[in-house]
Amino acid sequence: MATEAPTAADAPMLLEVRDLHVEFRTRDGVAKAVNGVEYGVRAGETLAVLGESGSGKSVTAQAIMGILDIPPGRITSGEILFQGQDLLKLKEDERRRIRGAGMAMIFQDALSSLNPVLSVGDQLGEMFVVHRGMSRKDARAKAVELMDRVRIPAARERVTQYPHQFSGGMRQRIMIAMAMALEPSLIIADEPTTALDVTVQAQVMDLLAELQRELNMGLILITHDLGVVADVADTIAVMYAGRIVEKAPVHEIYKAPAHPYTKGLLESIPRLDQKGQDLFAIKGLPPNLMNIPPGCAFNPRCPMAQDICRTDVPPLAKVTYEGLTAERRSACHFWKETLRG
Amino acid sequence: MPEPHDPAEGAIAGTGAGGAMDLAASEATTLAPGEPGGPGGTGAGAPARSLWSDAWRDLRRNPVFIVSGLIILFLVLISLWPSAIASGDPLDCDLANAQKGSSPGHPFGFDGQGCDVYTRTVYGARASVTVGVCATLGVALLGSVLGGLAGFFGGAWDAILSRITDVFFAIPVVLGGLVLLSVVTSNTVWPVIGFMVLLGWPQISRIARGSVITAKQNDYVQAARALGASNSRMLLRHIAPNAVAPVIVVATIALGTYIALEATLSYLGVGLKPPTVSWGIDISAASQYIRNAPHMLLWPAGALAITVLAFIMLGDAVRDALDPKLR
Repeated sequence: MATEAPTAADAPMLLEVRDLHVEFRTRDGVAKAVNGVEYGVRAGETLAVLGESGSGKSVTAQAIMGILDIPPGRITSGEILFQGQDLLKLKEDERRRIRGAGMAMIFQDALSSLNPVLSVGDQLGEMFVVHRGMSRKDARAKAVELMDRVRIPAARERVTQYPHQFSGGMRQRIMIAMAMALEPSLIIADEPTTALDVTVQAQVMDLLAELQRELNMGLILITHDLGVVADVADTIAVMYAGRIVEKAPVHEIYKAPAHPYTKGLLESIPRLDQKGQDLFAIKGLPPNLMNIPPGCAFNPRCPMAQDICRTDVPPLAKVTYEGLTAERRSACHFWKETLRG
Repeated sequence: MPEPHDPAEGAIAGTGAGGAMDLAASEATTLAPGEPGGPGGTGAGAPARSLWSDAWRDLRRNPVFIVSGLIILFLVLISLWPSAIASGDPLDCDLANAQKGSSPGHPFGFDGQGCDVYTRTVYGARASVTVGVCATLGVALLGSVLGGLAGFFGGAWDAILSRITDVFFAIPVVLGGLVLLSVVTSNTVWPVIGFMVLLGWPQISRIARGSVITAKQNDYVQAARALGASNSRMLLRHIAPNAVAPVIVVATIALGTYIALEATLSYLGVGLKPPTVSWGIDISAASQYIRNAPHMLLWPAGALAITVLAFIMLGDAVRDALDPKLR
């Protein structure tokens, strides 16, 4: 997936998020969860959105899907263009028709994302009943077909079973099957493998990547696991305090990060050749979203912070160097220094 | 509720642990290599299919449910066909027999008007069961619809409804009954049922609202929304089946109290009125003869006590079966 795919790169943007701002009004004040996120994904392309808890990656996804809880959430400004159409200008009814058929979402915990009182067949079939007006019988047949497709053994027998009768990996396959049911052009997977065993993680990721290729879908993969990202993503967007701090082709970012935060994340990965040494950790805590530090939000934790970082918000500037073919951006005043290491 | 075949059904007799192992074993055989085995499990290792089949399995093994269920079944049958076990007419009274004790053919004796107490006690079941069942259905329906919508949509509708329920909670039931029902002249059970629904729905509404709010926050509701389900579909298919259990529990227990309330209101003279035959009316009439002829009070009061107890026991058993925290 990480190799250049000229067809995908030339394709028009399937989804484009422009300057999105989301805030939550709570009793204690206004939490600015998303502060000007910009990213896009083309058909057949995988964008990995990376970040800690509270970095705004899931909130952005919910805003795209239109499942943000409003109130307390509020989209204060921005555009979300899906196939050229601004979703934020659509009526709720029109958005509902896009959900499931045009774009679908896979959630982190498949057990809690499946209704415990309905059989998996009913839940899979519901996609066809809701969006295609199929009869229950036809929908059931489709459900079996889908379960076969995500390689659940003995699909015909298991279609009548309930979610708790499946293992974690099988449940996530069912979630994937539900999301794929209507062959949407965009899938958002919110930490799809976090709740799974490492061995199962790889299987589920492979399945997801394979189905993506087959259906030429755009995939937004939200994760905090750098290991998952390396194999499947084309582009990585790193988020911090509701902003994109770095956006780069996957192999470039691993070679040399252009933002101190990305660098810290990469250095925090445990490595076999570091046996016996202390594990690196980014010092400090993520900022309180009700009180984001002025200037660069990362400055209190940044080893390279200068005076300018405490006053000026760094723009998401274009990063250029010899040998770089695709677009790369970093929101650091000192990306050149960071790149050099 | 679809009831699919249950391979572990046979293992129930051997208690939960054995059944769970059987299920785990059958599950493991269908897993792909590398997948961690084991069912998600619903509590104490019961070989569960779903909340409902699980609850039914629990109920069938609960002696409290069996006893109360049989009593209630009996009550329902005699309120449908009272003449099957009482050949007399409850309104066929002979003053010459007034206050007489038990005699052949009249095991419970006679009341102050010379009516056969046994016949009246049997026929009285109909009024009690009708009031109890209809009031409960009305309360459950009205309360869960209003409360469920308030919980689901929230906002202004929720705020208004919550204040209205507060107002209704502040009305003392007996005082409200005395005021409202004293102006009713109808001889049927409907004004009493209507009054109970009017004062009873806020209780269920509050519970339905709470459990819908809880169910609404479940990930699968969010997931259904993300896959394009409409509000009505989310509410009916995903939220309602997962939120209805507490409503059923409270409604079952409330049924007993409605029967007692009917007797209370009838005793006070504002509930059912003669010639309707009701335990409350008979208790009221008998209370003035309690020293001379206690049998007149004991039989209808005993029947009332057993009925109320049976419904409350049933409610308890249902609650034990439906509340996963008690497993």
